[in-house]
Amino acid sequence: MFGFGFALVPIYNSLCKNLGINGKVDLSKPAKITYKGVDKSRKILVEFVATYNSSVPWSFYPTIKKVEVHPGESYKLSFYAENKTDHKMIVQAIPSITPGIAARYLKKTECFCFAQQTLNGYEAMYMPLIFHIDADLPANVKTITLSYTLFDITDRL
Amino acid sequence: MLKIGLIKKAFLVFFCSMFINLAFAQADNWQLNMFKGVTPVSRDIYHLHMIAMLVCAIIGIVVFGIMIYSLIYHRKSKGHKAAHFHDNTRLEIVWTIIPFLILLGLAFPATRTLIKADNTERAEVTIKVVGSQWKWEYFYLDEGIHFYSNLSTPFKAIENKVQKGENYLLEVDNEIVLPTHKKIRFLVTANDVIHSWWVPELGIKRDAIPGFMHESWARIEKEGVYRGQCTELCGIGHGYMPIVVRAVSEEDFKVWVKAQREKQEQWNNLQTDLSKQRQMTRHELMSLGKKRYREVCAFCHREDGTGLPPMYPALKGSSVAVGYPISRHSLMILNGSPGSAMQSYQYMFSNEEIAAIVTYERNAWENNTNDLVQPIDIAKLRVTNIHQPKLVKKSKLGGLK
Amino acid sequence: MNPDITIDTHLDHGPEQGKGFIGFVKRWLYTTNHKDIGTLYLLLALLNFFVAGGMALLIRLELFQPGHRFLDPNTYNQMTTMHGLIMLFGVIMPAFTGMANWQIPMMIGAPDMALPRLNNWSFWILPFAFLLLMSTMFHAGGGPNFGWTMYAPLSTKFAPPSTDFMIFSVHMMGISSIMGSINIIATILNMRAPGMTMMKLPMFVWTWLVTAFLLIAIMPVLAGAVTMMLADRHFGTSFFEAAGGGDPILFQHLFWFFGHPEVYVLVLPAFGVISEVIPTFSRKKLFGYNFMVYATLCIAILSFIVWAHHMFTTGIPLGAELFFMYATMLISVPTGIKVFNWVSTMFRGAMTFETPMLFAVAFVFMFTFGGFTGLMLSLVPADYQYQDTYFVVGHFHYVLVPGVVFSLMAGTYYWLPKWTGHMYNEALGKIHFWLSAISVNVLFFPMHFLGLAGMPRRIPDYALQFTNFNVIVSIGAFIFGFSQLLFAWNVIRTIRAGQKVDGKVWEGSHGLEWTLSSPPPYHSFTVPPTIHSIQ
Repeated sequence: MFGFGFALVPIYNSLCKNLGINGKVDLSKPAKITYKGVDKSRKILVEFVATYNSSVPWSFYPTIKKVEVHPGESYKLSFYAENKTDHKMIVQAIPSITPGIAARYLKKTECFCFAQQTLNGYEAMYMPLIFHIDADLPANVKTITLSYTLFDITDRL
Repeated sequence: MLKIGLIKKAFLVFFCSMFINLAFAQADNWQLNMFKGVTPVSRDIYHLHMIAMLVCAIIGIVVFGIMIYSLIYHRKSKGHKAAHFHDNTRLEIVWTIIPFLILLGLAFPATRTLIKADNTERAEVTIKVVGSQWKWEYFYLDEGIHFYSNLSTPFKAIENKVQKGENYLLEVDNEIVLPTHKKIRFLVTANDVIHSWWVPELGIKRDAIPGFMHESWARIEKEGVYRGQCTELCGIGHGYMPIVVRAVSEEDFKVWVKAQREKQEQWNNLQTDLSKQRQMTRHELMSLGKKRYREVCAFCHREDGTGLPPMYPALKGSSVAVGYPISRHSLMILNGSPGSAMQSYQYMFSNEEIAAIVTYERNAWENNTNDLVQPIDIAKLRVTNIHQPKLVKKSKLGGLK
Repeated sequence: MNPDITIDTHLDHGPEQGKGFIGFVKRWLYTTNHKDIGTLYLLLALLNFFVAGGMALLIRLELFQPGHRFLDPNTYNQMTTMHGLIMLFGVIMPAFTGMANWQIPMMIGAPDMALPRLNNWSFWILPFAFLLLMSTMFHAGGGPNFGWTMYAPLSTKFAPPSTDFMIFSVHMMGISSIMGSINIIATILNMRAPGMTMMKLPMFVWTWLVTAFLLIAIMPVLAGAVTMMLADRHFGTSFFEAAGGGDPILFQHLFWFFGHPEVYVLVLPAFGVISEVIPTFSRKKLFGYNFMVYATLCIAILSFIVWAHHMFTTGIPLGAELFFMYATMLISVPTGIKVFNWVSTMFRGAMTFETPMLFAVAFVFMFTFGGFTGLMLSLVPADYQYQDTYFVVGHFHYVLVPGVVFSLMAGTYYWLPKWTGHMYNEALGKIHFWLSAISVNVLFFPMHFLGLAGMPRRIPDYALQFTNFNVIVSIGAFIFGFSQLLFAWNVIRTIRAGQKVDGKVWEGSHGLEWTLSSPPPYHSFTVPPTIHSIQ
């Protein structure tokens, strides 16, 4: 059972990512493009939210707050990030998707959240995100909120 | 001139609504039951609660009734002789099936209410709620305003030195103002540890988990003031981070949003405008500093400055509070200390407040440096914090190229 | 005396104890006798009861009036945390283990536990574990202040340094429980006297058998969770931190996967005690023995699939909420069966109301009430308003205090004459009962109102409208707390002296333990009894 307790860690992660529970997404693998075609019959409202806690003195926000996309349609936007301190910092953006069941349908083909981002003091950059929503998103989901939280991981490395 | 007129109007709206709300403000000292609340979900929850209580009461009356009857009549002292039966399979099956059916009966309304509470689609207003130790921060995503909401109960009231107000521990400096009759979506997350955002009369409780976002919704059907508290142990200040929701009409909401935007801009400009900083006397600095210190800093650093080492350092006799340069001390509050629990307070405190706190800390508890820090010193530090960023193309991507 | 049993007493001798203080210490330190070890567990539990109870009184003292009075928030948080940890791990579990040690061998006709030396170690880890735990309050930074539920990251990144010692202490307690459980299972499965089939086992033995399996399954999970906490704190891992790809909710899943079956570990032996006491004082066999066994097994199995009902507000998906809601509601069916069977045992019996029976009857009333609030809590949308408020505090204290603790009292009064050979003071017992039963309701009933009115848990200070009920609760707490001194006095007095009793002690008692003398020989059933009929 002790081993089971530890085994629960990868089991938990794997279940959550594959079932899209808790808005978790698999950060290690970029999305495979399985082209199911664009579903023009409906539009999904995707909202972008950026959070950084006050101990990360960066400016971090999406350049577009919300967009309506057709499932299957690829969309690109960028997030602005600025290091407001005078020293180099390394951050990691952790995504969270709500509602939770939508997580496995929002596929990011390119995302700054897949890697750690480094900025020297007083530098800024635009970080792109390319995503699409799988056409088999359940019909009752019409709004998806993609939220990024920025964490300071300079000390960990 | 138009700007000032709008601000005046906003104040007038608030002033009047305060009088109306006073009538609702009196809380029940002997409240026995759940709030019915002012949203469709809170009402459904109330009804579910009442049904569950009724079911339990009926079962209780039957079972306890039989038991009490036995306790009275089936006593040896009353001469009752013990029977010899000790099982009855049919009876066991009956009283397995009947409770199961009762549970089915409860499951239907519960499921219905849950599905309704889970449906956050088609929201008209979206609010991001961020919990930190020990305050809430509200972001109105579409309206572009955000502010902190801190407990505003005076420290002296908590210490029993002055009379406690009617809304003791349930009052804040900046209330979250929401429009009635609109579907409002709440995106809840946290900055540090797990908190929980709960307003009983809205029927919403959502845990605020750092790094994750969860949503809930409400459609407030009645104007008024609704109070709640943080509902997940989050450290020393867990009991001191309330929530106050003020629900107003849509028009009043629009007016308020505009006023907030202006207020925010003015505040931001003021903090970095070197020409607008005022000169404060030692007395003003020490008394404002003491007040704000006790309301915010004392949670960790304690009223007597001894802190709780090793997590929360002592300020009494500390090298930061008595050492030089003073800017190191001010920057500690302005920017926080990364990697520790000391957050940045630059958006929460004004220059006057930081100057006052620094002055207080440098002179209280026998620190006695006799240093006075003025708001302009803090403003200068803020200005040096501002740099035109250099745009680079350093973003690393994962994924297909 | 049951004529079917032959008892071999000619080899009877008392405990081996050398002279003087060293002799006394050595006897208790090295004992492998199940009766001695049972006594040690029970005394440890009694001591911890007053320590944790004192902490509860400090909490209630602070909450007597709004405003900061005696305890600063950090000390208050330590009190709530330690009160929980000590009551669960230091009182209830050792007390039932002590009763198991005393009773199980005697009830199944075995001479001792299967693994007597392991038994000794299982006990002696505990005093060290608790000393370590209580010492944390005196470390720099204070003791654990994040609730007995230890949610991350409050308990990892934001916790005081003494947390590591708390983790070691929890490990030790877990090892003790696991070893004890292995011992209990081996004893019950292997050392029953001939003729004692599984379906003739007394209910106390059955419930402990099931409890032991639960413990072996869940304690390692807790050990894993706290080890991950330790790793997150010191070894750079991010099990519970989003920044490194982890998730605070993972901790909650791990903890409650342990935590929910844990509460059944606490309550199943209580059910066992009640199932022994009520038939004796009703002078009627337990109603529906087979179904009682099946219900116990059902409860145990179901307890593994309901853990997320502690997490309904954390944003788990709709499907999960529905599943856990239905599964939790289902547990009330086998629990209800047990209650109905107890009532049917009393029905048309010939009851007398000695102290054990008083506590047992109070258990049935008040545990059931706690079960009702549990059913209400299982309804997810309603739980949105109850979770983390005093409504939950009221619920679990009802099932634990007038529930489990009363069953401990019932068991102690019931078996103390057997263990000591002396009858306890019945008048004092009755006073203890009535004071406890009334004050416990004054103490915990208003908590439901407080929760419904909006008072959250674990706050050291509260809004003014909660004052009235908090005053009532605090008064109930002090009366309840001080009444327990009567219990301690009665127990200690009975150990030392009292009216002598015979083997049967109670008119309606049945079972192998009542065929032995009171007190039983130091080594009983050295020759297995033959069992022709039971009860």
